Amino acid sequence: MDRTLIPPEAAGPLPPLRTPPRQDRKRRVNESISTWRWTDRIGYGLMWAAGLLVCAIGIGIVLYMMFRGLQYLRPSLLFSHPQAELDQSKTGGFLDPLLGTILLTVLGICLAVPLAVAAATWIVEYARPAWLARIVDSGIEIIAGTPDIVIALFGLVLFQQRIFGWMSFTAQGGAVFGRSFLTAGCMMSLIALPMVFASTREGLQAIPSHVREASYALGKTKAATIRRVLLPSVKANISTGAALGMGRIAGDTAIVVVLLGATLTLSPEGSVPGLRVLKGTGGTLTSYVYNNSPAGEGNAPQKAYAAAFVLLLIVVGLNFVVDLIARSSAKSGLETSRLGAR
Amino acid sequence: MLERLREPWTDQRAERVLGALACLILGVIVFMIVFVAVRAWPSFHANGLSWFSAKGNVDVQLSRMVNSGANPTPADYQIGAWPLIYATLLTTVLAAGLGLVFSTLSAIFIVEFAPEGIRRLIVPIVRLLAAVPSVIYGLIGILVLAPFVGNHLISQGRKKSVEFVIQLSGTSLLVAVVILTIMITPIMIAITVDGLYAIPRSWKEGAVALGVNRWRAMWTVTVRAARPAILAGAVLATARAFGEAIMISMVSGSKGFAPNPADGLTFIFEPVKTLASNIVENAESINAPAMRSTLYAMALLLLLGGFGLSIASWIAKQPLKKYGTRG
Amino acid sequence: MIERDEEQASAQDPTDPRAEMLPPPVRRIRLDAQPTVALPPLTDAGVDADGRAPGASGLPARTARATPAGRERMTLKSLSVFYGDNEAVKQVSLAIREGEVLALIGPSGCGKTTLLRTLNRLTELTPSARRTGVIRIDGTDVDDIEVTTLRRRVSMVFQQPNPFPMSVFDNVAYALREQGAKRPKKKVLEPYVIEALRRAGLLDEVKDKLDHPALRLSGGQQQRLCIARALAAGPEVLLMDEPCSALDPKSTEVIEDLILELRQSLAVVIVTHNLQQAHRVGDNVAFMYLGDLVEYGPADQLFGNPVAERTRDYVRGAFG
Repeated sequence: MDRTLIPPEAAGPLPPLRTPPRQDRKRRVNESISTWRWTDRIGYGLMWAAGLLVCAIGIGIVLYMMFRGLQYLRPSLLFSHPQAELDQSKTGGFLDPLLGTILLTVLGICLAVPLAVAAATWIVEYARPAWLARIVDSGIEIIAGTPDIVIALFGLVLFQQRIFGWMSFTAQGGAVFGRSFLTAGCMMSLIALPMVFASTREGLQAIPSHVREASYALGKTKAATIRRVLLPSVKANISTGAALGMGRIAGDTAIVVVLLGATLTLSPEGSVPGLRVLKGTGGTLTSYVYNNSPAGEGNAPQKAYAAAFVLLLIVVGLNFVVDLIARSSAKSGLETSRLGAR
Repeated sequence: MLERLREPWTDQRAERVLGALACLILGVIVFMIVFVAVRAWPSFHANGLSWFSAKGNVDVQLSRMVNSGANPTPADYQIGAWPLIYATLLTTVLAAGLGLVFSTLSAIFIVEFAPEGIRRLIVPIVRLLAAVPSVIYGLIGILVLAPFVGNHLISQGRKKSVEFVIQLSGTSLLVAVVILTIMITPIMIAITVDGLYAIPRSWKEGAVALGVNRWRAMWTVTVRAARPAILAGAVLATARAFGEAIMISMVSGSKGFAPNPADGLTFIFEPVKTLASNIVENAESINAPAMRSTLYAMALLLLLGGFGLSIASWIAKQPLKKYGTRG
Repeated sequence: MIERDEEQASAQDPTDPRAEMLPPPVRRIRLDAQPTVALPPLTDAGVDADGRAPGASGLPARTARATPAGRERMTLKSLSVFYGDNEAVKQVSLAIREGEVLALIGPSGCGKTTLLRTLNRLTELTPSARRTGVIRIDGTDVDDIEVTTLRRRVSMVFQQPNPFPMSVFDNVAYALREQGAKRPKKKVLEPYVIEALRRAGLLDEVKDKLDHPALRLSGGQQQRLCIARALAAGPEVLLMDEPCSALDPKSTEVIEDLILELRQSLAVVIVTHNLQQAHRVGDNVAFMYLGDLVEYGPADQLFGNPVAERTRDYVRGAFG
């Protein structure tokens, strides 16, 4: 065997650039499923079935609700934008429940965000003593895991005490009704709290320590750092958490049924304008759907479908907002929560 | 004084204020447990341990409470809540079990085997399903699924066979479990997918390089390593399942009936009522003291059940940590 | 002849005021027009009584093979690998023989890892990868064998030790358990596991710790565990992708001795950055540059007296 060499100087110009093959034209023997154990084959088949089933169910639900909703969302009820006509009789539209949903959501989230942001900030930045921080953390997890019906009952017990008589209707004999927008709003804030808390905490933990150190090195106090440096940079996280929380509030029914009186119309209470509505009872889209379904008293499935469709649009819209925030903040390099469940 | 507030806050003050707000949340929880327990006490006191047993028709007992008015006698407090507890356990365990299988398979599909187009479709779908309110699931259940089951799946013969005990319309255990599974699966899928992505790809690559096919490599290495995450997702989903009140009350037939497995297949077509759905349905009559106490007792049970789940999951995670799985 | 920056001449003059302002010297390797390839080497001539080949001038002595090279196990003919439009490996032809260690050297990004991963068709895991050319194992085209069967015959050890989060026993037994149609019992597997650990030189250290978590072993032990895991299924060819780059010198030494022992029964292909290691361990060395196989020959020849210019530029200075 000898060695053949081509001296570089004798070589010609560079060979032309080779274009890659468009695809592997050669047939390759890949993992053929015939060699798998039968348990593997069943698992693989079930996996595909599960994946396709998820798609089918999701698309099915969306299409069905859209179909029914558009079928029953008549012009005389309300249309493309959610202002129903002001016909407040029982067979009319659902302006009141819609207003109720909006009111309750706003109330709930306005209470939840400051509390959750404060708690998250305290846990990430201070967390002294350590045992207390762990307890608060577990506590919020417990709230997240509590069924909404239990929170509703708790709210009832709490707000039927005399001290809270100012929050709802109080009868002559001193018995506190305990059901109003204010009381329901407070409990709604509890169910939105864990989501805002988790998002904010994730955002704060993602801020690298050199950002804080730079601020301290400039002579700013911790409080000022939090206020001017840290919190503004987690705005996207707070917004994401808030949007998720609002979605959860808008979709909740149990608390509404127990703590809002679930009346069909807004029934203000008292004489102070503005506060009257808050002290009064009302309903939301969720309780409206519940009542109009065969499970409730009404038996107007058409109205139920129409209201459910509007509710779905609101919730999907809120989740879309979450997506937008996540995407725009990802562009600027921040990280927010992923599939955003519970 | 206003000037003092507008000065830049000292660290100490900020810490105290923030800490106080955080502890406020803690206070809320403590009060919650205490208040609920206090209100629940009369019901437990009047029944003793027989509260948990089956003492006859739950619906009859509940309506007696409603009718008892403002001054109930101890006899009015009687309740044997076993059918409700049994129904809660049944729906939760079945839905969690089905959901676990369903969601693990879907998560593997999303992470590894789905073609790009399907993956781009399925991820938003999962997010959407997680966001749909329970009342809409209930609506679809009662207006679509229940009539379907009632008219097409339950034969006349079957209805006749249990006619003397219970009416079989479409609202049943089957519909409740199916829809509950659909409700809790997206949460589990989300958490499992996150857990699977957190496992280093080098492990799976090492397994594939040893001549193991991709499915087996995924299953025996990655899924096995992600077991803590899967468990966490399952616990979260189970907690949601047994607290679900509205959807169950819409689709499950609302009869305090304990389905009898000895009935064979008819068992899944029988109506049920769970603890949570019972609370929601009787919430209007909560002013009657007997009813109030009973409902709070059930709420306390749900609360303690949630705690129990968290503790059980913590216990279950411990042996998994031994070989260095990601926690 | 190496092109140097002209300013370098003045940089060597310390009195030159420009010396401090100049950029550091640049050593360029000229891109040859045609690759120069040396065909497979001569027989082992001149092995002395100790089994040491006379080193070329300046090179440390190597431990030569005890037996002559065996038959060809794998052959590559005009293998090209494309990632998208980028040709990572350009028409490489090589032979891999039983009983010898083939060392692939070259700068980062030259395609040696890609070439290695192609040998057990691991590049197919990357969606954008395309391959042309032929790879044969024992005469059969690699594409005609089912890929999982191929990977059992051609095993791989990775750069970062990646033991599974299981016990030591389960790690080594993994391939055996998952390959068969039925899951063998632990008692049946035990002798195979012990044998694999012995061949990997790890048995003494973990003999009584077989149920301990694998992730608690040290880095060198984990890499040997990965080698044991790869050996457990009885492969014919062992591929090693920079196995010692993440390890300390002592563990490196242990693994190099291990490779020298393993080559008696297997064909070993090792990719390495470390030229001294390639010289110590490799019987034949292939130098790759930007996807081309530039030179291939026995280690002493390639390092002591390289033929191609690019090889000369690359190994210059490694052996003084």
